[in-house]
Amino acid sequence: MSTILIRGAKVLGGEARDVLIEGETVAAVGTGLAAEGARVVEADGLILLPGLVDLHTHLREPGREDSETVLTGTRAAAAGGYTAVHAMANTFPVADTAGVVEQVWRLGREYGYCDVQPVGAVTVGLEGKKLAELGAMADSAAQVRVFSDDGKCVDDAVIMRRALEYVKAFGGVVAQHAQEPRLTEGAQMNEGTVSGELGLTGWPAVAEESIIARDVLLAAHVGSRVHICHLSTAGSVEIVRWAKSKGWDVTAEVTPHHLLLTDELVRSYNPVYKVNPPLRTEADVLALREALADGTIDCVATDHAPHPHEDKDCEWSAAAMGMVGLETALSVVQHTMVDTGLLDWAGVADRMSARPAAIGRLAGHGRPIAEGEPANLVLLDPAYRGVVNPAGFASRSRNTPYEGRELPGRVTATFLRGHATVMDGKLT
Amino acid sequence: MKRHLISAADLTRDDALLVLDTAEEMARVADRPIKKLPTLRGRTVVNLFFEDSTRTRISFEAAAKRLSADVINFSAKGSSVSKGESLKDTALTLEAMGADAVVVRHHASGAPQRLATSGWINASVVNAGDGTHEHPTQALLDAFTMRRHLSGVGRDLAGRRVTIVGDILHSRVARSNVLLLNTLGAEVTLVAPPTLLPIGVEQWPCQVGYDLDAVLAKSDAVMMLRVQRERMNAAFFPTEREYSRRYGLDGGRMAVLPEHAIVMHPGPMNRGMEITAEVADSPRCTAVEQVANGVSTRMAVLYLLLGGSEPALATARAEEPRPEEPRADDARPDDVPTEAARTEESK
Repeated sequence: MSTILIRGAKVLGGEARDVLIEGETVAAVGTGLAAEGARVVEADGLILLPGLVDLHTHLREPGREDSETVLTGTRAAAAGGYTAVHAMANTFPVADTAGVVEQVWRLGREYGYCDVQPVGAVTVGLEGKKLAELGAMADSAAQVRVFSDDGKCVDDAVIMRRALEYVKAFGGVVAQHAQEPRLTEGAQMNEGTVSGELGLTGWPAVAEESIIARDVLLAAHVGSRVHICHLSTAGSVEIVRWAKSKGWDVTAEVTPHHLLLTDELVRSYNPVYKVNPPLRTEADVLALREALADGTIDCVATDHAPHPHEDKDCEWSAAAMGMVGLETALSVVQHTMVDTGLLDWAGVADRMSARPAAIGRLAGHGRPIAEGEPANLVLLDPAYRGVVNPAGFASRSRNTPYEGRELPGRVTATFLRGHATVMDGKLT
Repeated sequence: MKRHLISAADLTRDDALLVLDTAEEMARVADRPIKKLPTLRGRTVVNLFFEDSTRTRISFEAAAKRLSADVINFSAKGSSVSKGESLKDTALTLEAMGADAVVVRHHASGAPQRLATSGWINASVVNAGDGTHEHPTQALLDAFTMRRHLSGVGRDLAGRRVTIVGDILHSRVARSNVLLLNTLGAEVTLVAPPTLLPIGVEQWPCQVGYDLDAVLAKSDAVMMLRVQRERMNAAFFPTEREYSRRYGLDGGRMAVLPEHAIVMHPGPMNRGMEITAEVADSPRCTAVEQVANGVSTRMAVLYLLLGGSEPALATARAEEPRPEEPRADDARPDDVPTEAARTEESK
């Protein structure tokens, strides 16, 4: 059994404490701890948080191993401080059967960099027509609890209603990609002043908000819970805030890029800024930050979407939508939420670990840093300043919008059940 | 001037006037029996057209040939699957062939800007129309035409009132015209059904209205945009007849215009839709004149972008025209392509 002593880390950003890890478990938290033969990690000035949990990751395996695999994606996750990621269902074949979800889940366990919790498709083939075997996926070894057709909206109101009702039987949740399809045909970017000038087909905020409004009402009607993926507009925040005020079981996530970037960047026509939902306006960004701070938005989810170089090295309308995010998420959250005074580190632990784990019903993650708890931890240096260089990514893809941008913070160590997946800032 | 011409916003007032004044010099060449200058001899201009547009292509071709440039016409309509690859690979091919200027027409908004800024090529890039974004040489030739009728050679368009009517949402001609006319001091009013105006249009440097009859009497120029009949299938307007009743220019409406006012159209015209034959064939309609002016204007643009720091005609001497040179009258500029044009195969 390995023993690790983290010395002098600010637990959740508070007072410096020593944390002793024995085997897979936190054995003690205190001051002046000592342990014979322990590996000592000096953590003076560093912050210790529970290992991060991502509700929204695209690992691309099976089917698009040219952009990411479970191995490269979980290494990227570990490098970014994550100990668990939810792998989205839009693979080839689609994760709509127990067989596919178990395969993805097993690969994650085998590689050991990060727990991989598969998300099951809501409908067969993500086609929005026929419910997938949600129960079989829930009962499989992967114990799927989050179901999503992400990339596509479950736009049929009856299918959405049935899915919301059906998953109640096993504590599941439907994570909706809110995008009214008719209002977004051919959409290339946020619909607003910039799209009008650039002559790019607009993706209006109302296409997101109208689906969210419908779905919170449906969830309330059938007494189920609904989770809103990558919420991106100020109007969506207002709807979720209203739904929560009614006491309905509605949760929502925001991506790091929607906390920082705006549609003004599209003026470059550089497809690295092409993402779905699209980058919105400054007013939206500020509303999202405020909503994350006050808890209206429950968590940060990366929507890590790797794409091969050629899918971005082209004209805007031909380019794929999406950005990688696992290795920059914590830095962007520090930059937009912590350094701005909107959220403290305990808040970051809540929004990036505890709440996403709770939404995903994921045992062993998002736990307090206390004796007897599983040693899923991340140690980070908030004083670090560095320029993002995608050449150093563990992800197989490089489609980051932050290349060349200076961002704060750096993960120095990640522990998955006591095993260091990252040490001294490097993958082990 | 900048090294590329991607947007009408790239042009300052001085730049725009320089292009228009240079175009006047070029136009004088067109009046000679021998219409050729040696200015760009040895330079290579590539017409890179990812979208069928015979009018714009031959206008640029005539412009480049009158300046004695070598012209390569590259019709590179990509397959729908690999559009992106074909843009980059085509650019690398042109770079390898030593193109000095690339005139690009593309169905994707922003494609010329990608070409200019991606590092794929070093040549000057001229936007010959990109998606629903911009068509800056069309705006220049329109300004050239308006200047001749409304304010005079050598001047800007200060205080001139220009009304642009039709499918603003999908029009690259409208976007470039609003920007350039604003730079030149004109007062622009856009008139369209609300469905054919982009979100955010109220931020543009112009007035916006829904009622054509309300602005006609106050217009020095009325520019009618081509309206694709297919738009009504996407519920932008109910029927062709209703569109032309509310937004078409007929003889009655033309009679309301001030005496001196001109009617413009970037072509090709939908007679009976946005403009009646009576108006299109009237002496007030400048559509054919715009075509001729397009060649002069594009000559000026190519000349200035390819390092014309000396006066255009300083070293001018007449040369024998090449037999294959097309006449300017054959070239007609155009507006937004039809959907059909985007999918037709070209050779």
